[in-house]
Amino acid sequence: MSLKNTLCAAVAASFLSAGVASADKLTIATVNNGDMIRMQGMTEDFTKKTGHTVEWVTLEENVLRQRVTTDITTKGGAFDIMTIGMYETPIWGKNKWLVPLDDLSEGYNAADILPAMSGGLSYDGTLYAAPFYGESSMIMYRKDLMEKAGMEMPKSPSWSFIARAARKMTDRDADINGICLRGKAGWGEGGAFITAMSNSFGARWFDEKWNAQFDTREWSDTLNFYKNMMDDAGPKGFATNGFNENLSLFQQGKCGMWIDATVAASFVTNPKDSKVADKVGFALAPDNGMGRRSNWLWAWALAIPAGTQKEAAAKQFIEWATSTDYIELVAAKEGWANVPPGARTSLYENENYKKVPFAQMTLDSILSANPKASTVDPSPYVGVQFAAIPEFAGIATEVSQEFSAAYAGKQTIAEALAKAQTITNDAMEAAGYK
Amino acid sequence: MARAVTNQRKAMNTFFAWALGLLIFFPILWTILTSFKTEAQAISDPPIFFFFDWTLENYKAVLERSDYAKFLWNSIFIAGGSTLLGIIIAVPAAWSMAFVPSKRTKDILLWMLSTKMLPAVGVLYPIYLICIELGVLDSRIALVFILMLINLPIIVWMLYTYFKEIPVDILEAARMDGASLRDEIIHVLTPMAIPGIASTVLLNVILAWNEAFWTLNLTAADAAPLTAFIASYSSPEGLFFAKLSAASTMAIAPILIMGWFSQKQLVRGLTFGAVK
Repeated sequence: MSLKNTLCAAVAASFLSAGVASADKLTIATVNNGDMIRMQGMTEDFTKKTGHTVEWVTLEENVLRQRVTTDITTKGGAFDIMTIGMYETPIWGKNKWLVPLDDLSEGYNAADILPAMSGGLSYDGTLYAAPFYGESSMIMYRKDLMEKAGMEMPKSPSWSFIARAARKMTDRDADINGICLRGKAGWGEGGAFITAMSNSFGARWFDEKWNAQFDTREWSDTLNFYKNMMDDAGPKGFATNGFNENLSLFQQGKCGMWIDATVAASFVTNPKDSKVADKVGFALAPDNGMGRRSNWLWAWALAIPAGTQKEAAAKQFIEWATSTDYIELVAAKEGWANVPPGARTSLYENENYKKVPFAQMTLDSILSANPKASTVDPSPYVGVQFAAIPEFAGIATEVSQEFSAAYAGKQTIAEALAKAQTITNDAMEAAGYK
Repeated sequence: MARAVTNQRKAMNTFFAWALGLLIFFPILWTILTSFKTEAQAISDPPIFFFFDWTLENYKAVLERSDYAKFLWNSIFIAGGSTLLGIIIAVPAAWSMAFVPSKRTKDILLWMLSTKMLPAVGVLYPIYLICIELGVLDSRIALVFILMLINLPIIVWMLYTYFKEIPVDILEAARMDGASLRDEIIHVLTPMAIPGIASTVLLNVILAWNEAFWTLNLTAADAAPLTAFIASYSSPEGLFFAKLSAASTMAIAPILIMGWFSQKQLVRGLTFGAVK
């Protein structure tokens, strides 16, 4: 063998071995949402481009939360990438449990991430999780029923308009409820809805010294307004309804209006699953003229736990999954209506995406939510439908249980608020905030 | 007249037994039926029972998305392994409690059972940390040991109850014939207690198969059994009930089939010594 051939063979072998050595198997924990499942189907493209393979661990949202929290707090190392939300990211980032994503490649164009999203997924100005998709909440309503009620939905309605329309649209004989809203206990279910709604009534969870605020008139107004409207125009048993229950009711044509996550728009306009697909209109979540709307802000994002041995490969995956190229890949294979929404500014400048009926309203809703100033009076926390402190999930779950009991008529609103005040103040005191 | 009354009572009993059986079986039947519907049919109101366009679309989607064989094998390994290990430990333990009792035997049995009252989540972090230290996080072996320890009190208690029904004279006769302790347990006691051991095994396999706290919290990609397979189809944001039902049907099918074929043995074992 000549020297040239030998050298060529050696170089080829070294490249090959380098390629093999750098091919990692990534374990990714994620939720069972439509966009996430679609991503799993596209993984081949990532493997083809990088050589890395992916093992998916898909879990129900609450199970996933418990599972990844256990793993990250014990430094278990079971996952190389975790799907987490806006609540966990700043807390975990502050604790240095996540790898900062401040060195992503230039081609990734991190500046294109919607500011509301990057703000909610950062701590102290550093991005700790990249948004895979973002959502806010908005009104989805039946155009035919609104017309029948002799009313016209404005682009930015008020709560008083919504309550009037809900009562007018209600037809108990035809099994049509004017409005369907979450009432189910749980900080991410009914708790998220009522917190976002309370912002528009001028309420807040804490004052600037972390004192609970459930003894204020604003909270009383919020809960009384909600319960009166739901008693008159909501479905039976609304106190136990969450996203899925309301989605089912709306798809069956049993709701005049539904205020919930913007991702629901693709479900209710899908003729395969929805009986009212061609009759749905969209509007911004209501306000009360106090400068804050009642829509929330959320993102499912990809983050890397600190200490993973496969940080470089994990970053490559995150760049691939949250890139504009990925959006185009999904659009080419499954259509523009199915691309992950709410993460990148450029998506909303795309002419093809502008044709999707709920695209603009989704963007407007996201842009109208500000996690850093979500309340009318100043508050010490970040977050629209939550307060980004570790204690919040536990406290809000208990508080929402009291609220659900009041919706169901098991106690009065005043009793529920008094209990919420005690629960929150006790927990905050025990946690050392006061 | 008396015969007519007896027949009438028999018919009533049969009717109630069937009604009760169907009531208990209904959730499983509904899950199986839903697995053959489209997502829209799965949530239709009023619900559709039998008259819908039957489809295998959900099974196809589940099989395309998940490696069912891997989850199934993990379930078989974990449920089978923990049961086998549990029986090996529990037979001698139950023997000593049944035939060589001490003053504290009853207290020990009660204490063993009381450990079942501890909420599992209370020891999640210590167990998780132990698994990390031993390098057995997301491994089948760890789950075999943990599920064995969780179910051991029930196995010991059940075997103790069955062993107590066996006359001590038979064991003494074997001893007089020169049987060693090992021979006594393996060749005399065990064959006589086969119905009891079989029902203990079956019950323990079912418990281990359905265990969802530890199997979800201690596994990731490698050792996840069918409980994790089902959990991957549950979603609070999206109606995937038909696919979830297909996944559930596939997860419970093996244990249902096993239960169906071994029901005689199971009933015989569970009623062993119940009527004297």
